[in-house]
Amino acid sequence: MGRGLRWGAAAAALVLLIVFPQVVTQPFPRHVMISIFLYAMLAQAWNLLAGYCGQISLSHAVFFGTGAYTSTLLARHLGLSPWGGMLAGAVVAVLLSQCIGYPVFRLRGHYFAIATIAVGEIVGTLMINWDWAGGARGLFVPIKRPDSWMNFQFHESKQNYYYIALALLLLALWVTRRVERSRLGYYLRAIREDQDAAASLGIPVAGYKQRAMALSAGLTALGGSFYAQYIFFIDPESVFPTSLSILICLVAVLGGVGTFWGPLVGAAILIPLGEWTRIAFGGTGKAADLLVYGALIMLVSVIQPGGIMALAMRGRRRTG
Amino acid sequence: MGDILLDVRGITKRFGGLVANNDVSLQVEAGELVGVIGPNGAGKSTLFDLLTGFQTADAGEVLLDGRDVTRLRPDQISRLGVARTFQKLKPFTQMTVLENVMVGAFQKTSDPARARMEATKALDRVGLADKAEAHARVLSTGQRKRLELARALATRPRLLLLDEVTGGVDLRSIPALVALVRELNAAGTALVVIEHNMGVIMDISRRIVALHLGEVIADGTPAAVGRDPRVIEAYLGHAYVR
Amino acid sequence: MGFVYALIAAGLSLIFGLMEIVNFAHGEFLMLAMFTTFWAWALWKLDPFVSLPLTVGLLFLFGLAVYHGLIRWILGAPMLAQIFATFGLAIFLRAAAQALWGVDFRVIKNPLVDGRLAVGGLFIGLPQLTASLGALLAFGFLHWFIARTETGLALQATAQDRQAASLMGIDTQRMFALGWGIGAACVGAAGALLAMFFYVFPDVGSTFALLAYVTVALGGFGNVPATLAAGVIVGVVEVLAGLLIAPAFKYAVVFALYLVVVLWRPQGLFGRF
Repeated sequence: MGRGLRWGAAAAALVLLIVFPQVVTQPFPRHVMISIFLYAMLAQAWNLLAGYCGQISLSHAVFFGTGAYTSTLLARHLGLSPWGGMLAGAVVAVLLSQCIGYPVFRLRGHYFAIATIAVGEIVGTLMINWDWAGGARGLFVPIKRPDSWMNFQFHESKQNYYYIALALLLLALWVTRRVERSRLGYYLRAIREDQDAAASLGIPVAGYKQRAMALSAGLTALGGSFYAQYIFFIDPESVFPTSLSILICLVAVLGGVGTFWGPLVGAAILIPLGEWTRIAFGGTGKAADLLVYGALIMLVSVIQPGGIMALAMRGRRRTG
Repeated sequence: MGDILLDVRGITKRFGGLVANNDVSLQVEAGELVGVIGPNGAGKSTLFDLLTGFQTADAGEVLLDGRDVTRLRPDQISRLGVARTFQKLKPFTQMTVLENVMVGAFQKTSDPARARMEATKALDRVGLADKAEAHARVLSTGQRKRLELARALATRPRLLLLDEVTGGVDLRSIPALVALVRELNAAGTALVVIEHNMGVIMDISRRIVALHLGEVIADGTPAAVGRDPRVIEAYLGHAYVR
Repeated sequence: MGFVYALIAAGLSLIFGLMEIVNFAHGEFLMLAMFTTFWAWALWKLDPFVSLPLTVGLLFLFGLAVYHGLIRWILGAPMLAQIFATFGLAIFLRAAAQALWGVDFRVIKNPLVDGRLAVGGLFIGLPQLTASLGALLAFGFLHWFIARTETGLALQATAQDRQAASLMGIDTQRMFALGWGIGAACVGAAGALLAMFFYVFPDVGSTFALLAYVTVALGGFGNVPATLAAGVIVGVVEVLAGLLIAPAFKYAVVFALYLVVVLWRPQGLFGRF
C-alpha cells in the first residue's frame, strides 16, 4: 500500500469512528470502544518508553493512578475542575517519573524491569495505607450537578466520553508521530539499540531516558484522570495494580512494541477479547481472561516478539 | 610543532589485580595521525575507553585542548569533538544505514532534514551512499566498519579514535579503507588509530606509540619504532632482537 | 526467613547465571510448590516434612518441562521477548491456579512440627525455625552440588562461558535444562518449607518472587553464595522494618532499600555484571 492510500484509509477509519456513536447508541458497545481507546492510548504512552526507547517498565499503572488520584483529590478538596485536575495529574506524574527514573535508569535490561516492579509495589502499598487519600477503601469522585463539559461528567450517555477518549488517543498518536520524526525519536531508538554507541555519539543517555519517561508518564496520567471521571470511583486496586500494568504491556506487545499502530491494533483485539471472555466465563471471568492473556503473552514472545505489526510487515516488505 | 590537541598524562587503570594501563602518556597534535600498536592485551582498547569516558582512570589526567576531561561522560566528550569507533562494532541494527548516521549528525543540528543531508554527505565520504536505505544488519563487516566511521564523522570531530580499521575486513577492501583514513587526516581531522596490520599502520602514521602490558614502550616515527628492540621483543620475542 | 529467601533466590540466580534470563515466573513456581505440599497434606495426609522430597522432585521435573516447552525457544530472542515469555508464564500459572483451586487462603493444620520455642525473651515459631534450618541445609546442599560434583562444575563452566563449555563436550542444552530443574527444585524445597506455616493461595507467589528478585539483585545476579548473605540481609531488614515502622510497610522498605543499593552499586553488593 502506498503512503497516500494508507493515510486515506486512516482518514476513512477516523470518519467511521467519529460517526460511530451517532449510529450505535447502546451503552455497552460504546463502553467497549471507550475502553479500546483508553487502553490503546495507555499502551501507546508505554510504547514511547518501552518500544521506542527500550526501557521496559512493568509498573506503568503507577502513573495512571497518579493521574486519577491527583485530579480526584483536587476536585474533592479544592473543588478544582477535573480538567485542571487532569493537567495537574500529568504534572505530578511527570515529576514522580523523574524521581523514579533517577535511580532506576542506572539499571539496564532485566534489572531495570525488576526495579520497576519494585517501584510499583512500593507505590501500591503506600496508597493502600494512605488514609487521607482514601486508603484501601478508595475515593468517590465528587459528583456535581448538572452534567457538563465544565465538570467533566456526563451521566446521561457515554457519547461525550467517547469523544474525549478518542481525542486522548489521537493526542497520543500525534505525540508519537512527532517524536518519531524528530531528533528525540532517533535518539531514543539509538538508546534502545546500543546505549554505549549512543553515548559515544554525544547523546546524554540518562537525560533522554528521563524525557521519554516524562512523556510517557504524562500521557498515562491523562488517561488516569479520564478514568476517574468516567467510573467515578477509584481505589488502589483499580488504578494501581500490577495487573493493569501487565495489561498495558500486553496490549502494546501483542500489537507490536515499538511500532506506531501496534498499541491500537493490540487494543482493538485484546479489549473485545477480554470482554468476551468475561461474559463467556461468568463469575470466574477474572481468572479466565488472565489465563488467556498469559498464554497470549507467551505465544507472542516465542513466535513473534514484534507482535502483529511485525507479522504484517513481513508480508509486505521486500526491498533490499 | 602544532597545537597539542590531546594530552594524556600518566594514565593508570587497574581492574582488580590487573594493571591495564600503567602511567601512559602521549600527545597528539591537531591534525596528526598517530598509530597505536601492541600485542593483544597491551591495553590499547582500555586506553580508548579511558580517553572517551567509558572508563575512568585511577590516576593521571586526560586533557583536551588544555581542558581536563578525565572524568567526563562519554557523551560529553563526544560533544567536545572526540569521536570513536568500537572494536566490536555497534551498529544500530533496527535502523537503516542512513538513520544510523543521522543519529551522529543530530549532534550538530536538531533539524531532521539537515541531519539527513549531513548524514548523506558522511555516507558519500565513506562510499556507502548507495546503501543508505538498507538495514544496518545486512551489511558486511567492511561495510559496517565504514558505517561506524560515517556515523562518527557525522559528529564532525576534531579527533577521531579508530579501534581497528582493518580487522575482519577482506583484503580487497583494505586499500580503500586506508585511503579513506588518509583522506580524513588530510582534511584536518586528528586521528589515533589502533591497528594490528603493520603494513597499514606503518604506512599512514606520522607517529607510532607502542604499548606492551599496559606501558608505553616506544613513541616515535614509524621507522624508529620499527627498529626499536623493545618493540621487536614484545611482538616477536627475545630471540628476534638483534 | 532470610534463609528461605536465599533459597528461593538461589534458584533464580542459578538460572540467570546460566543463561541470562530472569525467570519472572519464579514466584509462581513457589506457589505451585506450596500447593503441591498442601494437596499432599489435604489428600493423602502427608506432612510437609515427609512430602518435601516429593515436592522437590515434582518441581524439578516441572522446571525441566518449562525449559523444554518454553525457554528453549527464546534463548536467542531479544530481551523483551525473554522478559515477556516468563512473565506470561507467571500470569498463566497464577490464573490457572485460581481457576483450579479458587482464591481462598489455605493453611496446613497440625503439621508435625509445631509450637514455639522460647529463646531468651523471644518466641520463635518452630515451623519457622525448621524452615530456616531446612533452607540453610538445602542451600548448603546446593552449594556442595555446584562446587564439588562433576555436574555442578559443568554447570559453572556453562555459566561462565557457553561456547568454551560446549567445545569441551558439555551438552549445553542439558545444562540449561538442568539449571532450570535445579532452580525449580530449590523453590520446591522452599515452598514445602514455607507451606508449613504460611498461607497458601494463588497470589502468594508474587510477594515472595519480588523479595527473591531483590535478594538476587542485592547479592548480584549469578553469584549464588552471595544470595545467602543477601537473603539474610533482606530477612533482617524486613523484620526490623516491620517492628520499627509498621508491618504494612515492611516489604516497601525492603524494596526501597533495594532501590537505594541499586543507586549506589547497580551490580549488586557482590555482583559480577
